[in-house]
Amino acid sequence: MTSATTRPASDYPPGGDAFRHRHLIGIAQLTPWEISYVLDAAEQWVELNRSGAAKHDDRLAGLTIINAFFENSTRTLLSFEIAGKRLGADVVNMHAAQSSVKKGETLIDTAMTLNAMRADAMVIRHASSGAVQLIADKVDCPVLNAGDGRHEHPTQALLDALTIRRRLGRVEGLTIAICGDVLHSRVARSNILALTLLGNEVRIVAPPTLTPPAVDRMHVTTFTDMDEGLKDADVVMMLRLQNERMDGAYLPSAREYHALYGLTPKRLEKAKPDAIVMHPGPMNRGVEIDSNVADHPTRSTITEQVEMGVAVRMACLDILTRRKRGVPGWN
Amino acid sequence: MELKPLHIVNAQLVDAETPRAGSLLVIDGRIAALDPTETPEGTQIVDAKGQWLAPGIIDLGVFATDKPAFHFGGITRAALMPDAGPLDDPGLVERAAKGGKPDLWVHPLAAATKGLAGRELAEIGLMKSAGARAIATGRTRIADSGVMRRVLAYAAALGLVTMIHAEDEGLTAGAVATDGEMATRLGLASAPAIAEAMAIARDLALVEETGAPVHFRQVTTARGLDLIRAAKAKGLPVLCGITPAHLFLSDTAIGDFRTFARLSPPLRSEDDRQACLAAVADGTIDVLSSGHDPRGPEDKRLPFAEALPGMAGAETLLALGLNLVRDGHVSPGRLFDMLAATPACLLGLDAGRLAVGKDADLILIDDGTPWQVDAKKMAAYAGNTPFDGMPVQGRATAMWKGGMRVR
Repeated sequence: MTSATTRPASDYPPGGDAFRHRHLIGIAQLTPWEISYVLDAAEQWVELNRSGAAKHDDRLAGLTIINAFFENSTRTLLSFEIAGKRLGADVVNMHAAQSSVKKGETLIDTAMTLNAMRADAMVIRHASSGAVQLIADKVDCPVLNAGDGRHEHPTQALLDALTIRRRLGRVEGLTIAICGDVLHSRVARSNILALTLLGNEVRIVAPPTLTPPAVDRMHVTTFTDMDEGLKDADVVMMLRLQNERMDGAYLPSAREYHALYGLTPKRLEKAKPDAIVMHPGPMNRGVEIDSNVADHPTRSTITEQVEMGVAVRMACLDILTRRKRGVPGWN
Repeated sequence: MELKPLHIVNAQLVDAETPRAGSLLVIDGRIAALDPTETPEGTQIVDAKGQWLAPGIIDLGVFATDKPAFHFGGITRAALMPDAGPLDDPGLVERAAKGGKPDLWVHPLAAATKGLAGRELAEIGLMKSAGARAIATGRTRIADSGVMRRVLAYAAALGLVTMIHAEDEGLTAGAVATDGEMATRLGLASAPAIAEAMAIARDLALVEETGAPVHFRQVTTARGLDLIRAAKAKGLPVLCGITPAHLFLSDTAIGDFRTFARLSPPLRSEDDRQACLAAVADGTIDVLSSGHDPRGPEDKRLPFAEALPGMAGAETLLALGLNLVRDGHVSPGRLFDMLAATPACLLGLDAGRLAVGKDADLILIDDGTPWQVDAKKMAAYAGNTPFDGMPVQGRATAMWKGGMRVR
């Protein structure tokens, strides 16, 4: 599978010209070939991660990576931690949601403190859009955005693209329906950017109260009727619906949402017969997705997405620290 | 201190559509004559060297008494918004009114309701006696229509204009930007631009019913301006204003999460910006003010949604106003109607124009000198300008308050 989904290295400019960014803040800054470059780099880590007991590559040995999560997270934090450790880095996690930030220290002060500890890379999640950019502007090391508010979650979009590419053999020319709470979703924004950039037809399927204003300006078509939006789709990408959206402000109730926008086996029939079903997790089974769709052995890619997440994050950590490690051509 | 008579000669007087060559005589702090044929003995002569001589700017609706910034910007009087304090008590109003004297006059705007909470009438009559020349709803509007109606009627009976912030709080709750591509791409909570028109529509209905004079401090959308235009055509006692930000910037300025461009109301679409320029040109917009609201890094060096809205505008007001002249939207005379004459009229001040008997609040303007706005080198106590780095032209080079040289 690897050979069919990766390009020869000669496709890319040499050295650091293949990925000209100090940080990974969002998909918005990337070109299509830079996305491909990361996906190709991730393939080798998929192989390593599947290679039995010894999953170690020590190219980041001696480097310190700080995972500063100003918003609660389990899976993304774990994924970044495993990615860093498999590359041999010293990984430190800071759960800022319960630290000095609560005592009134400003975000910049916290960032400067972390910077003074000489991290070689920082992975940051924050509940406020733009917060990761703000930190990246102040620190000396590469910063990876692990999700900022509703803005971007670039590694999620990269791992989703990798999953699609491995499953369907390509991630261009496809029809992809992104369904659910697009308004509040950074996953949706990063995926819209990445998937349109790679040349796919992207559809948004959401209730009008959860459709972002002017989202059509991001080169997507919008649907409020799910059956229509799923028609002939190659990929159905579900989004998580936060519980607090179902209290009447945006949606009347969970059961009404399920009735209108839940992905049931019957609704999935509208998509192409071999369409895949994706979800960034964690899922609300029985709300946005039925269990027998989520657990479908051939069509659901949900656990594969988690697997690709580690590989993509290993690729990102490797690429962004090359300058620091003095890799030839990366200066 | 005895003030000598002052004769400013070789000036371009801004007392009509276009500046004209002339001179101006000041005696006892007031304008005594335009183009006098003779002057009293001992008169001090100042050569304006062909610069514009204009009335000092009366900045209608600032959030801080920031004298260095006002002096830099040619502002001789500032109407202070009631939010700091808030100014809902005669004692506070009296103190605020003394804040800048003698070289800057501060005209406090009284809080319309106690604590600006929008529920109970403040002591508007006593605050008027203490020096308040108008009342204001503050940074937000009064949500309760019944309270608003009583405020308008009560203030009108006292001869005071009510200054209104027009945004519907139901639509703008939690929002930090205007609905549109920019807010969506940045992932910022946004509100539809009609939040402004909806608030204006309610208050215009109340104006029509009560006959109370009002001033909408900032009208920034095409639909809001259409409502104002129609209300004026009907003869309602309505004025409205704007700041340079909404005339020269659209919501693209918030790209990269620039918190200096986080304003209230938020920056609008390019279409709305064009509508604002058209409304300046056709006279729908009456007042140009700075909205001066200096905020330090503790309020601005934050993620966009957590930063507080507001800009330091006093130093750039004149230069950006001159941009309107250069771009052909207004004449110099009309610019100073917006900057001085109309605000003076609204506040009931005997100033704001170059006319005999008016207070000699004067500025000399070099309208051509280019300079660059630099957030790091501002006279204001914080440099939160959305115009950082912008090249502009024209600045105040000399200033008199009541005939006394300030700079």
